[in-house]
Amino acid sequence: MTIASSLPLDSGQSLPSVTIAYQSYGALNADKSNAVLICHALTGDQYVASDHPATGKPGWWARMVGPGKPIDTDRFHVICANVLGSCMGSSGPATPDAVTGAPLGMAFPVITIADMVRAQAMLLDQLGIERLHAVVGGSMGGMQVLAWSAAYPERIASAVVIASAARHSAQNIAFHEVGRQAIMADPDWQDGQYYASERAPTKGLAVARMAAHITYLSEEGLTEKFGRRLQARDIKSFGFDADFQVESYLRHQGLAFTDRFDANAYLYITRAMDYFDLADPHDGRLSGAFSAAKDVRFTLVSFDTDWLYPTAESRRIVQALQSVGASASFVELSAPFGHDSFLLDVPALDRIVAGALGGGF
Amino acid sequence: MALRPDLAIIAAAVPTGSRVLDVGCGDGELMAALRDQGVDARGLEIDPVNVTAAIARGQSVVQGDANRDLADYPGDAFDYAILSQTLQTTERPDRVVDELLRIAPRAFVSFPNFAHWRVRLDLLWGGRMPVTRLLPVAWYETPNIHHVTVSDFRDLLRAKGIGVEAAWYLSGDRPTSAAAATWRAEHAIFLISR
Repeated sequence: MTIASSLPLDSGQSLPSVTIAYQSYGALNADKSNAVLICHALTGDQYVASDHPATGKPGWWARMVGPGKPIDTDRFHVICANVLGSCMGSSGPATPDAVTGAPLGMAFPVITIADMVRAQAMLLDQLGIERLHAVVGGSMGGMQVLAWSAAYPERIASAVVIASAARHSAQNIAFHEVGRQAIMADPDWQDGQYYASERAPTKGLAVARMAAHITYLSEEGLTEKFGRRLQARDIKSFGFDADFQVESYLRHQGLAFTDRFDANAYLYITRAMDYFDLADPHDGRLSGAFSAAKDVRFTLVSFDTDWLYPTAESRRIVQALQSVGASASFVELSAPFGHDSFLLDVPALDRIVAGALGGGF
Repeated sequence: MALRPDLAIIAAAVPTGSRVLDVGCGDGELMAALRDQGVDARGLEIDPVNVTAAIARGQSVVQGDANRDLADYPGDAFDYAILSQTLQTTERPDRVVDELLRIAPRAFVSFPNFAHWRVRLDLLWGGRMPVTRLLPVAWYETPNIHHVTVSDFRDLLRAKGIGVEAAWYLSGDRPTSAAAATWRAEHAIFLISR
């Protein structure tokens, strides 16, 4: 959907018009009170419960969203929008310049998590949905949920924040910077204007994905999955091939990622995450962000093996919510998969999400 | 399912429309009863399996430790705090009582009475730490690290200048008198106030 009105951005710039690509599942009821917004993570997209058009793979949260699932599309009208700055149809660095028609590249303004949320609110305005039954997200999706509760608390009844944080830590920023430098050091990046050329910074993007992918897993998980096992050989090569299974796996993950993701979009979205600090506009007091969110029901979940967004970050949010008297639920679940646990088979998470949305599972 | 008798007493004493924090709320059994009678009940619970079960029932529960995490609640955040069968498991029961009466002007505190006659006889004749219906776990694995009697608790309240608004004493599932409570009560419930 293209919205003709201008979108003001945190940077002070604005977008003259915004295109938001989205998917929806399940019927919207007559009084439009059963809408659930799902916010996707850094490299996610709007295909939350339907096959990805480029890869043909099932939706990234198909285990959570669908008929009879914890987010039950027989009960709820589920909306998932591609975030601003991404590359699956929403306005981003690959969007053509209104005058020249050439992709904007680095001329696209730097955006923030709050900007993404402002764009989603504009989409809901267009759809005539005033209030959401719930807004749900993991990782960067959880940051958007928090930003929703700060910017539009009157528009949401329930907020579900999974494996997330109210700010990016120095370590989070550091890993993102490694990824961005890998992309920008690739000669095929060409200062971001690679769209018209035959070359794209796939090597740099693949390295960025490899580094990031490690942060999504746990040491325990990596050890269990790969150990020191060799890849399709019995002896070490004494060279720099992918001798170890873990190397081969990461190379594959990096390469496969470049088939579905745009390098510039990766730069912009990681930057938006780095700038995220919900307490920043409130003199560093996180409770200030929730001062109008007393009537929102919050549910937060962390995972014991997630070192990217550790439990302490969720607890910090819970403390801020308690200090303003908001209704908060929180649990640290045990799961072996690290940060990626929110996407994987953790039955306790299913029950919690269903309960937070007012259903049983 | 009928509520445990001590929980039923507490539920009956909480007025509709009040805000309640159930400390050590388990899987949310009491909170569910309170919600049915129009009480805004929230919980704090240490066991993630119980927390998950309570959230799955639509309850508002935070995983946390009564020894530390009560400090995160602002003063007077609730009308009542409830500490049911948990006092004797805390590291410093006296400080927990202080915290309860900081976050709410009134608190329900219930605990098994270690001076019940059966416990006394067990210790007297058996010479071993009693294992009873309300204290079913052997000394080396019991979570009850601060056994307390009705008299002990009354002394603590007196020393702290804390008022008692009401007290209930249970022998089995039946009430017993305050006068006989130190011997006869298996279980005591106090409604205390600042």
